[in-house]
Amino acid sequence: MDSATLLQTFANSIVAGSIYAVIAVGLAMAFGVMKMANFAHGEFFMVGAYTVYVCYGLMGWPFPVAVLMAIPVVALLGVATERFIFRPTRENVLAGFMATAGLALILQVLIGQIWGVGLMRSVPTPYMGALDLGGVRIGWQRVLVIPSAIAMLFALWYFLYHAKAGKALRACAQDPETARLQGININRMTMLAMAISGALAGLAGALMAPIHPVTPYMGHGIILTAFIVVVMGGMESIAGAILAAVLLGFIHTFVTTLSDAVTAQMVGVACMAVVLIVRPQGLLGRVKA
Amino acid sequence: MTRTNWTFAAFLVLVLAGACVAPFLVKPYTLEILIIFLINLILVCSYRIPAMTGDWSLSHVVMMGVGAYTTALLSTHLDLSILLTVPLSAIVAGILGYIIVLPMIRTRGFGFFIASFAIGEFVRLTWVKFRDVFGGPRGMIGIPNGEIGSIDLFFATPSYFFMLVIAFICLTIMYRIDKSRIGSTFVAIYKDEELAEAVGINVPHYRALAFATGTFFAGIAGALLAHRLGAVDPKGFDINTMVYLIIWIVVGGSATFWGPIVGLIVVTFAFEWTRPLLEWRPLLFGGLLIFFLVFLPGGLESLLAKIRQRLVPGQNDDAAASPGTAGE
Repeated sequence: MDSATLLQTFANSIVAGSIYAVIAVGLAMAFGVMKMANFAHGEFFMVGAYTVYVCYGLMGWPFPVAVLMAIPVVALLGVATERFIFRPTRENVLAGFMATAGLALILQVLIGQIWGVGLMRSVPTPYMGALDLGGVRIGWQRVLVIPSAIAMLFALWYFLYHAKAGKALRACAQDPETARLQGININRMTMLAMAISGALAGLAGALMAPIHPVTPYMGHGIILTAFIVVVMGGMESIAGAILAAVLLGFIHTFVTTLSDAVTAQMVGVACMAVVLIVRPQGLLGRVKA
Repeated sequence: MTRTNWTFAAFLVLVLAGACVAPFLVKPYTLEILIIFLINLILVCSYRIPAMTGDWSLSHVVMMGVGAYTTALLSTHLDLSILLTVPLSAIVAGILGYIIVLPMIRTRGFGFFIASFAIGEFVRLTWVKFRDVFGGPRGMIGIPNGEIGSIDLFFATPSYFFMLVIAFICLTIMYRIDKSRIGSTFVAIYKDEELAEAVGINVPHYRALAFATGTFFAGIAGALLAHRLGAVDPKGFDINTMVYLIIWIVVGGSATFWGPIVGLIVVTFAFEWTRPLLEWRPLLFGGLLIFFLVFLPGGLESLLAKIRQRLVPGQNDDAAASPGTAGE
């Protein structure tokens, strides 16, 4: 691998890492608050991409507006999922998880029946051209992913550590019983967590729509990666999810460049197995008392 | 023998007699469905063995695929008879199951579910990657239907009886496991892991044993499937197929040996009835899955148990214990 390819791959890894981080943080957050494990998280990502496809590709709205539209659309989907699936199955993590597998099937069929299954929807690239960094060229569309992801994660950090509702959310994640004694409404918090989780998945999907082939089944590949990241990072740890996302972004991109995408996926899984053996609580996860 | 045992034996004889005359009464298409049903019967019962310890996995269909691919390799390259490919495939799937469960055993409940998903996907991706051996994304074709002596299993009726015999043997063994000391040990691990450990049960050992036993029988189902279909491909063993297996178990329940079987029968009927709505089918079954998990988490067997309890008051029924609820 010569130095130009190396730099190029490095840049691509950062793009992949940022997008994995946005997706996986949403997943880890929902799991942190009342153990909501969302199998349809990949489908949330897909719905975000379709929102951009419809608003920008079909209706011709400006691209940034279409991306911003994806946030409330998927956040609403998250809220509905909390209300109708996670709340009734709260005492059983697996039941909620399996039920959202059902939701994933439902979303795939609905989207496929409305906008077609066969051909992939191509979303025109809104920002043509590429950023030239001493021989390394990254399409603007990809460059855009990095600051968007950082801004989103920074906003989330600010919300969790400085806003009252964010602090309540963290309290709820730490100890729901005690949080309730402090007058925190648990139901409202789980709803909020799923709204944020959905918003993050939707945003990631929206940003990726012009780069990634848009199909009803695009969530499949994403969900496996997202779960590998979350398990490696330590299930409930947001910082762990970010760290693992960046790591996996590098691993996937470098292995894909050196070999192929299937091998990259396999190496990712192998890394997760190693983490499970050496450190079952994940990279930054805490051992439960 | 008590009265209930006699009723049960009579019922079993009736079912077996029905199964023996069925192929002569139904249409060829229905017979094909019955053959696949028998294979699925082994699969769904084998899923329950690790589930007894609380380990719900997402790699079970992939392990069935391991059996199918082993059969494909053995029968196309070595020309082995179906009587050899089926047990050998089961052994390979069992051994591989024992290997992959070792890292997974570090996790419990939900973590186990996710880890098994990822590791299963790893196994499945090897079939996609190593094109020369496993045929890549297109899979392998030209697997013989097999023959026993001079009987060609290409024809549906002999094939059906072969599957029936294998399914009967497998189910009998699994039923014996369920009722044995080992079966009780598995359930003890699920009910209270710490207590089980305290009374001297080697928990990781028994969990690995349960998982490998499950994959062993899944390997048999896979071998039979490969012989029947004549082809295997990686797509057939992906997470979508796995979700259907989960649907059978959730609809039926998993607290007793009979729950998954009830689920399989009901969902197979539902599956055939919804054939005209082909492209909407995943939506219907996704909805069914959500409905059962939210409103009837014990599955149909818990409903039956409730009805029985109402009819025969005072009867102590352990079937009402929550199934499929291997929480954290």
